[in-house]
Amino acid sequence: MLALSILSLILMAVDQKSELLDDVRAALVVVVTPVTVIADYPSRTAEGMQSMFATRGDMRERITQLEAELLLLKAKTEKMAALTAENNRLRDLLGSAAKLQDNVLVAELIGVDPDPEKHEVIIDKGTTSGVFVGQPLLDAQGLMGQVIETSPYSSRVLLVSDQSHAVPVQVTRSNLRLIAQGSGVTRQLELMHVQDTADIQVGDLLVSSGLGDRFPVGYPVGVVNKVEHVPGKPFATVTATPSASLIRSRHVLLVFTEEQLREPLAGNGRDS
Amino acid sequence: MRANSLWIIVLSFFVALVLQVLPMPDLLPMETGYLRPHWVALVLIYWIIALPHRIGLIIAWLLGLLMDVLLGSLLGQHAIALIIVAYIASSLYQRLRMFAVWQQSLIVFGIIGIDRLVNFWIQSIVGQSEWSSWYLLSPFVSALVWPWIFLVLRYMRRLFNVT
Repeated sequence: MLALSILSLILMAVDQKSELLDDVRAALVVVVTPVTVIADYPSRTAEGMQSMFATRGDMRERITQLEAELLLLKAKTEKMAALTAENNRLRDLLGSAAKLQDNVLVAELIGVDPDPEKHEVIIDKGTTSGVFVGQPLLDAQGLMGQVIETSPYSSRVLLVSDQSHAVPVQVTRSNLRLIAQGSGVTRQLELMHVQDTADIQVGDLLVSSGLGDRFPVGYPVGVVNKVEHVPGKPFATVTATPSASLIRSRHVLLVFTEEQLREPLAGNGRDS
Repeated sequence: MRANSLWIIVLSFFVALVLQVLPMPDLLPMETGYLRPHWVALVLIYWIIALPHRIGLIIAWLLGLLMDVLLGSLLGQHAIALIIVAYIASSLYQRLRMFAVWQQSLIVFGIIGIDRLVNFWIQSIVGQSEWSSWYLLSPFVSALVWPWIFLVLRYMRRLFNVT
């Protein structure tokens, strides 16, 4: 009892203070991967059932709808390509280094942390695909979070709504730079230290500002849903709704920015 | 122990670990996560009561480490909590065997309450957590689930003659 307890205490101290145990943890994660995969099975089966029992007509309708959507997106992408090229040309003229070209890797959510206090999810790509700690994660609507732990075949991601997570953002309308902190509630972010006179209003879109060199510039983070000026308080209370559907998105994107791509990575199967 | 009965214990722990990380359905709010009973501790307590010479602190410690890895907590956090669970259960097992199932439930409530408390202490030392009364739900639900765990595992143990 005593020996094992002391051993646990030592383990905790070492794990907290250093990175010595990260390899041990990565190896153990591989051991427990079956547990994660099997725990994910029910929700996966539920999804499979849905498509299995869909009627032919429904499928056809869905295909038409998706085709229409694809066409629309293609049109947008065409425009995007032209704009990106133009933007890069202009930046070249200015001598600025930032380029709007990120590569992504599609990953799938295979687990959600059962502790409601922690907003963490597990994805099915790991170091063998080139995932690294600190890598940003997106879904179709916006920024989801960042990788905090990797193992060969899976990684753990901290969501933007977690209390210990903060992301530097910028208001698109007024270019005001702020920090969006997770609130511990899934559908809410808190904006820190917003001055009472700051130019911010409900409905403003917040995008990642790229300050801090962790998140790429320009991905939507959230939309301001409440601005409250409390007399006597130095800062206004401002909250935002995250753009990404944090727990519901099954397919997510891992972002590789250009600087990271230049480093040799073991990953392959990455599409741009 | 004969090799053919060992797997039932391993299987029960495996199922408990799966239940421990099973995601809640998307439709329910996240707070329902507090209702999750501590499956691993329940199964561990059962095997300690039933086979105290087989299942002891070392198994508890290893299970705790696996939980730490699964849940992404500090390596050793659940391990130390489960050692305490196993220690209490193994020092009470003779008394627990004499109790009626509902009396065992009360003890289980206490043991898992202590487990939650230890986990909470460690998390608050590291600075990850704030106390909320929701934490009391898990021991309560665990106590409610205990009779079924007990009956099912006892049935399995007798069926497969695990000794």
